[in-house]
Amino acid sequence: MRKKARKDFRLHLLVCAGTGCAANGSFIIKDALEKEIVKQGLEDEIAVITTDCQGFCERGPIVIVQPDGIFYHRIKKEDVPHLVEEHLFKGRPVKSMMFVPSPEEPAIPRLMDIGFFKHQRLIVLRHRGRLDPENIEEYIGFEGYSSLEKALTRMTPPEIIKEIKASGLRGRGGAGFPTGVKWELCRTSPGKKKYIVCNGDEGDPGAFMDRSVLESDPHTVIEGMLIGARAIGAHKGYIYVRSEYPLAVKKLLIALRQAEEYGLLGENILGTNFSFTIDVVQGAGAFVCGEETALLASIEGKVGRPRPRPPYPAEKGLWGRPTNINNVETWANVPVIIARGALWFSSIGTKRSKGTKIFSLVGKINNTGLVEVPMGITLGQIIYDIGGGIPDGKEFKAVQTGGPSGGCIPRELLDLPIDYEGLSKAGSMMGSGGMIVMDEDTCMVDVARYFLNFTQEESCGKCPSCRLGTKQMVHILNRICEGTGGEHDIAFLEEVGRSVKLASLCGLGQTASNPVLTTIKYFREEYLAHIREKRCPALVCKSLISYIIDPQTCSGCTVCAKNCPSAAISGEAKKIHTIDQTKCTKCGICLSVCPPKFKAVKKTSPAVQ
Amino acid sequence: MSKIEKILKDHHYKRSRIIQILQHVQAEYKYLPKDILESVSQKLKMPLSTIYSIATFYAAFSLTPRGKHLCTVCMGTACHVRGAPDVLARIEEKLGVETGGTTDDKQFTLETVNCLGACALAPIVVIDGTYHGQTTVNKVGGLLDKYHEKKGT
Repeated sequence: MRKKARKDFRLHLLVCAGTGCAANGSFIIKDALEKEIVKQGLEDEIAVITTDCQGFCERGPIVIVQPDGIFYHRIKKEDVPHLVEEHLFKGRPVKSMMFVPSPEEPAIPRLMDIGFFKHQRLIVLRHRGRLDPENIEEYIGFEGYSSLEKALTRMTPPEIIKEIKASGLRGRGGAGFPTGVKWELCRTSPGKKKYIVCNGDEGDPGAFMDRSVLESDPHTVIEGMLIGARAIGAHKGYIYVRSEYPLAVKKLLIALRQAEEYGLLGENILGTNFSFTIDVVQGAGAFVCGEETALLASIEGKVGRPRPRPPYPAEKGLWGRPTNINNVETWANVPVIIARGALWFSSIGTKRSKGTKIFSLVGKINNTGLVEVPMGITLGQIIYDIGGGIPDGKEFKAVQTGGPSGGCIPRELLDLPIDYEGLSKAGSMMGSGGMIVMDEDTCMVDVARYFLNFTQEESCGKCPSCRLGTKQMVHILNRICEGTGGEHDIAFLEEVGRSVKLASLCGLGQTASNPVLTTIKYFREEYLAHIREKRCPALVCKSLISYIIDPQTCSGCTVCAKNCPSAAISGEAKKIHTIDQTKCTKCGICLSVCPPKFKAVKKTSPAVQ
Repeated sequence: MSKIEKILKDHHYKRSRIIQILQHVQAEYKYLPKDILESVSQKLKMPLSTIYSIATFYAAFSLTPRGKHLCTVCMGTACHVRGAPDVLARIEEKLGVETGGTTDDKQFTLETVNCLGACALAPIVVIDGTYHGQTTVNKVGGLLDKYHEKKGT
């Protein structure tokens, strides 16, 4: 019905209402657009529609004018009257609100010509910006649930599994286990009652593709789970979502209710003898619950501590029954594979990694956002062609993939093709797909310390190697960052790191040392600068830096002194100011308020004594 | 029916739903009050020690009362490399509390979160559910003042 209504309008304004754009005020823009359109008398010709996440979150609020696909970004409320009058009324698209890749280049009017979008290949995110996730009819309008119909009426469960196996789909949660094989193990496991679980406990900091998929296209996950349940022989499913994603839970609950109303969940689905229901379970802020056995314990209402495998969940999972767990992105691939076939899917990607992967490109990068790319694309293509390079003309230093389990990949490996094997070989891992870009201002020792702090806090405490080993590594890294480390500390870190890897039960401990081991491998000289010269080359580690005022450029404008919270800056108006290092807390406010025309406040390392 | 009876009934008095029950208790009281946990323990016939272990294992639960405003600083990797530690330090200094603490006037509780998955807005500070993106050390002072002013109105 909505689709029909859309045809009656001359133009459609798609206002992105994803988490990023909404936080940047997209609903204010939507209201302003609607008011201005009425003011200009265009309300019968132009419709304003909110959409799910467009993925280009850095540029929010985003508005796309269809059918021409004109892309406007970072729109301010005061821009709206001009935009409506010029583009919508007079038909002249407004260049000043369009995307400009760099100051030397012209503005790019159309979304599909922008590098960020042009180089992507959308399979999981195929409905991006095209449907209202709260309306099941829109999903059905895009042939949603037709794969379920095919799987239920024209395929036997073994045929479904055969198709998924042939597609080469591997787990998108990080480890990359072949999905079809996992399904088969659970199907052939003895037992009448079986469960399937969707792992939406996306805990890796910097990864948010599962949040986006759940919020933007919940039905594709539900449809994937239905097909999986049919193949495995399960009648009950759970979607476990982390508590930090309230919007995803809300959208999922709406989608589940609508699917029930349409007879797509419940008893005798689509008139067959297949019955299946799904419950949503919210996490409570424990990273380790992303590990499958811990997640199952959490669904059962217990403390989320991993247990040894075997037995694998496929044999003994939820309440001791065979259980199949896949991550959100994996489930979302299933309907497309059933619809378009294994042959098509396996034609995309590399020899051993098929299909696409969604990455969240964040950190020191121009185009922050979610990108879906074919496996085998190089790191350099993602960072430069799609990500638009590093802001402010800074130099690229490393990219961190795989969250706290992953590692830092240096510039020398920019040509590395991205797939499960490639990333493992570089000492990192795919993980759930976070890609944190770091530039010359990022200290690699500090990054290693950041991750070890993280895993140390999130360690469930069961294995001494993980509980104590991560703590020891944090102590050593703290020492180095404070300038009190010795050269033997590097070897010590490597030794402890290897032990934690070997002696821990679950993925958290087995991979916890990766950030330390890879930064030592690729950035040893930075560790040595901290240890030998008491110098932090990236000017990050507080104990090793000082803020100083350059007497050559200080004009005595007094701004820094007025803003210093610890009264460490002295100097009269129009006279050179100085910082009292004994009072300075190194909060950095002086640097951020010093007018760019003077640039008088600077950081220096080693610290001034 | 008391609040706690209603919460337990909504979850069919199922022990397996204890995490969801505690989430509802916390939504109602802003933290997990001791007497309520004792009552949950009795009504579900579940040892208080088990409930306590769950309440302390999961980071989302708080056993101490929170302030009027909840200020959450995202410490995700993207926020970290874009300066979240400095922002957090500035907020701690400004409020005079450490992370996890509540100000003496019970106005603010300061917490951190591992990642909100809104990395394009890094560094992010969330106050009472509202996301404030691209914060800096000198912006947060004014931001907190705005909420302080609200208490008068």
